[in-house]
Amino acid sequence: MSVEPHRLIVPKIHSGTVIDHIPAGKGLRVLSILKAEKIRGQRIALIMNVESRKLGKKDIVKIENVRLEEDETNLISLIAPTATINIIENYEVITKRKVQLPSRIKGLIKCPNPTCITNAPNEPVKTSFILISRDPIKLQCEYCKIIIGTEGMVLVGKL
Amino acid sequence: MGFVSFRGKDIISILDFSKSDLETLFERAYSIERSKTRGLNVLRGRIMALAFFEPSTRTRLSFTTAMKRLGGDVIGFSSVEATSVMKGENLTDTIRMLDAYSDIIVLRHNLEGAARYAAEIAENPVVNAGDGRCEHPTQSMLDLYTIYRLFGDIDGLNIGIMGDLKYARTVASLSYALTLFKPNKVYYIAPPPLKLREEVLKAIEKRGLKYEEYDNIEDVISLLDVLYVVRIQKERFPDPMEYERVKGAYRITLEFLEKNARKNLKILHPLPKVDEIHPKVDKSPYQAYFYQAKLGVPVRMALLTLIFGVEV
Repeated sequence: MSVEPHRLIVPKIHSGTVIDHIPAGKGLRVLSILKAEKIRGQRIALIMNVESRKLGKKDIVKIENVRLEEDETNLISLIAPTATINIIENYEVITKRKVQLPSRIKGLIKCPNPTCITNAPNEPVKTSFILISRDPIKLQCEYCKIIIGTEGMVLVGKL
Repeated sequence: MGFVSFRGKDIISILDFSKSDLETLFERAYSIERSKTRGLNVLRGRIMALAFFEPSTRTRLSFTTAMKRLGGDVIGFSSVEATSVMKGENLTDTIRMLDAYSDIIVLRHNLEGAARYAAEIAENPVVNAGDGRCEHPTQSMLDLYTIYRLFGDIDGLNIGIMGDLKYARTVASLSYALTLFKPNKVYYIAPPPLKLREEVLKAIEKRGLKYEEYDNIEDVISLLDVLYVVRIQKERFPDPMEYERVKGAYRITLEFLEKNARKNLKILHPLPKVDEIHPKVDKSPYQAYFYQAKLGVPVRMALLTLIFGVEV
């Protein structure tokens, strides 16, 4: 953590997950895609616009008592590619990892093509996107083949 | 090899096949053509379900003819008016039913990805007979077979593809299919609003197809061995004003061809044509689109025998 202890807005958590290095302003969006049932009832802190050496300003999300697994956090990179995941136990960081997009993303991203089968109102079909480029992020709909970037991306599901 | 690739398989995208698969298909189609097979009984007892959510003449009837010539039977619908789709039944349930009633489903749908999704639901093979602007793989099989029959080869040819490259699914499938071969060059000719979509360009580039893009046919006509023309796909324009701006943007006349084209140029068209080719061309030696349409039957016969794994 790059924030000095005496400047902490929210104290260190005993155990849980800290999502750090979220680009400033994206924290709320990161929080919104986390699995509701997993974090429901837990103490959660969203800290916005704190100083960061790497990013200038950043957001941080702290979730008590929940250990988010890799497959649950990788998709955060769609919103916050710079995010790091810190798993905390006994006030210590026991695991630190970067988020990395998986090669296939199912059911999370809305296809922007109105005539894609995944946008048909009564069909129980989940969207599915294949990662075709990491930098910049480019994804291709497995159904209609449209290629999209992260700009204007609409997320519909949860992780 | 090819035999195994087709057996029991869905035909969703031409990209799911290799060059040798297509060569197997062409050999089978050629042997069916030569044997003038009528009343073959190799698919007796098999039922094909046609699910056409969009209009079709050639694709639907050539699939029907192909199945009947092989001794099989055909059920289905050619428009949704008389079906439970009108009562609000979704594609998912419609496909489940057809899958239960038949051995193979041939689907045409206005939404992109419909065939891929149907294939996920159905246990029996699903053949994509056109899904929105996305693909029409059996059309590109017969397009390539036509070129192969006319020229004996696909490699080394200069192939022009002209018209509504943005919305015509036949253009996407044909472009993908051409990446399996080595044409000398593919020339894409379209007014700026109708150029190839990004995903098609990306795919052909990745697969190393040599191509160039032009606005005007005049710039390339003298180079071409094959000119593949498609109509403007009025039904796919999200904005009618956009259609109004481009309609009638290109037209091939006999005078133009006689003045500029190579003598042995062949014009292909997946049909229906509207006004992009002058009727005088129909009776000229350049015209190959009616021959192309005719080959739809042997190619689809060949495809069905390969999917069902029967010899002819």
